[in-house]
Amino acid sequence: MIKAMVLLVGLAVIGFILWWFFGKHAVATATGDAKAAVQRIAVTVKGGYSPEQIVLHQGVPAVLTFTRVDPTTCLDHVVFPDFGVNAELPLSQPQEIKIDTSKPGDYTWACGMDMFHGKLTID
Amino acid sequence: MNVTKRFWLSFWLSLPMLVTMVLMLFHIMIPGNDWLQLILTTIIMVVSARPFWQSAWASFQKHHANMDTLVAIGTATAYFYSLYAMANHLPVFFESAAFVTAFVLLGQVFEERMRSQAGSAVAKLVDLQAKVATVIRDGQPLQVPVTEVVVGDTVQVRPGEKVPVDGEIVAGTSHIDESMVTGESMPVKKAAGDHVIGATINGDGQLTYRATKVGKDSMLAQIVELVKTAQTSRAPIQKLTDRVSDIFVPAVLILAIVTFLVWYVVIGASLANALIFAVSVVVIACPCALGLATPTALMVGTGRAAKLGILIKNGEVLETVPTLKTVVFDKTGTITAGKPQVTDIIGGAAVLPVAAALEAQSDHPLAKAITAAATAAGIAPAAVTNFHAVAGKGVAAQLNGHTITIGNAMTATALPAALATAQRRLEAAAKTVVVVWQDDAALGLIAIQDRPRATSASPIAALHDQGLRTVMLTGDNQAVATAIAQQVGVKEVIANVLPADKAATIQRLQAAGPVAFVGDGINDAPALTTADVGIAMGGGTDIAIEAGGIVLVKNDLRDVALALALAKKTFNRIRLNLFWAFIYNVLGIPVAAGLFYAVGLALSPELAGLAMAFSSLSVVTSSVLLNRAKLPTMQAA
Repeated sequence: MIKAMVLLVGLAVIGFILWWFFGKHAVATATGDAKAAVQRIAVTVKGGYSPEQIVLHQGVPAVLTFTRVDPTTCLDHVVFPDFGVNAELPLSQPQEIKIDTSKPGDYTWACGMDMFHGKLTID
Repeated sequence: MNVTKRFWLSFWLSLPMLVTMVLMLFHIMIPGNDWLQLILTTIIMVVSARPFWQSAWASFQKHHANMDTLVAIGTATAYFYSLYAMANHLPVFFESAAFVTAFVLLGQVFEERMRSQAGSAVAKLVDLQAKVATVIRDGQPLQVPVTEVVVGDTVQVRPGEKVPVDGEIVAGTSHIDESMVTGESMPVKKAAGDHVIGATINGDGQLTYRATKVGKDSMLAQIVELVKTAQTSRAPIQKLTDRVSDIFVPAVLILAIVTFLVWYVVIGASLANALIFAVSVVVIACPCALGLATPTALMVGTGRAAKLGILIKNGEVLETVPTLKTVVFDKTGTITAGKPQVTDIIGGAAVLPVAAALEAQSDHPLAKAITAAATAAGIAPAAVTNFHAVAGKGVAAQLNGHTITIGNAMTATALPAALATAQRRLEAAAKTVVVVWQDDAALGLIAIQDRPRATSASPIAALHDQGLRTVMLTGDNQAVATAIAQQVGVKEVIANVLPADKAATIQRLQAAGPVAFVGDGINDAPALTTADVGIAMGGGTDIAIEAGGIVLVKNDLRDVALALALAKKTFNRIRLNLFWAFIYNVLGIPVAAGLFYAVGLALSPELAGLAMAFSSLSVVTSSVLLNRAKLPTMQAA
């Protein structure tokens, strides 16, 4: 009897994992201000990136400020492979990253180990 | 609290538990052992392991999972089950939670050290920069920080000092050690008119030069920028791990639950044993070795190349190099020095002084070759009068009452038989021949050729050894091109190619497989871009840096073979790393799940933790060892 219950609970947990990690969930998105002299977006680094999707306008200088509040070493670097940026993120110290918005397109950023990802769109 | 401190705390607090575990093997029981374990492990959980839990929870809220998720769930399961077991007087395994934490942190401490070591190439390059410069301000030498030097400043460098910024020498001669920027091991002789590179070290002479490039325009700054970009770039092979890491952690969690259910429900193991298997699966599966495999190797490989004066632009280039079938060389400035030199003088000792006197007035490339030959022979050009060009014939002037003329052999009216034979022989050997006339008599012949560099033959042989096909591309005629190709050992020649057709020729060659093109970058830019791998020689020119996938700072063909060998080595190391990281997970998980329990092969959670730490460490170590990998050495021919 206990075993049957354990089995049910186990299967339920598996179902939950599938839904939680693979189901469709809304992703936090931020869009740069096209009218500002510099598009500024603050990104909080805690168990991933918030926002996780950033839309910037082409030709307007942009600065992303990353602040890591998560102690994990997993997130201690942020890498923009297309822009040659590999910046260290000391805990709780905002780091400014300038983005060259001259070329439109979809870009990604990731943590140093390539486990967490964010998406950057320039249009 | 940083990783190192967290590790040491967990290490010292785990030691007593290790001792009691060993004592238990000898059936020595320590009274109150459970309580000791509880207290020590609780401290480790709260101080050392808490950041794992925090990060796991933060990720979980964002529908993500990472290695911290695995560590957190593994340690939490062991810890909370042991609490429950203690209350019910069942065997506890607090020490698993403590040991796993210690091992994972140990792995992270090493990893951090190795990563900073792998990434040290850029820091070392930046450190090369001189701190101060002596510039002439208001006629007086003045020492200023290097950042205050502006283009056009007159800079003084004393013997033994660092050259502060890029520039062109105005006065003085010296030997400069450029090894730190170009990888060239011999000091290079420099005199007025030559360029100097910032961050190189002046040898024996005092130099005065005009600053031409400072700050981020300087060669060193550009190299640093390139290396940085290369090190953060991704090799396409890495996309595989991107996809894997997204689904990996949830999949492992599911697998762990299945493991538990099978052991507990199907096989009927005790709750404790079933949990131990599940925890082992969670702990061993951390995919960080996969994540580290590519970036660390890329960093070390491109960093090492940069030290040798070889700038590899990105991971894509690395991945293409092993697939190359053909290497195409541009002739002028690549295989040859790009500077015509006098190779033969026919007609006795009078020929060269007369020719030099006349050609000292001209700036034609052939004239430069003759002047250089005269200087080398210690002949000072005599003064001539009435220097003028003779249409269709060459140049003429008056020297000591004689009319002297130098012209293309084609314009010769009647050449003595001996000279005519020599002329035909020299022309057959792909040399340009000029005739020196005094009044109406032919004094002699001078043969000039753009000679292959002494260092060109050995790398071409090395490429053949690597199974590559070599092709020389040139705008010269077939005879000249074939002669040069034979001297250096290039197998195929495509002659009479107009600069505009170089790219199209590369495209044709690409039908037989990926092609690398080696050029000096000025008119070769389209071909460099068209080729699968563009190798730009004589880096420093912006066009070359822009167009090439690999930039050779030195003008030395040997670096082509070296660059290809290094790129291959680095890519192979990436593949090896990925292979081991995958194999490790593929084999480790079933063992941890107890699949081979029947044959006596099983992993306890703490062994799983140790194995996981080792896998990350071994991948990073293997990358760092790229610095020691053997590279082909090539002598000057």
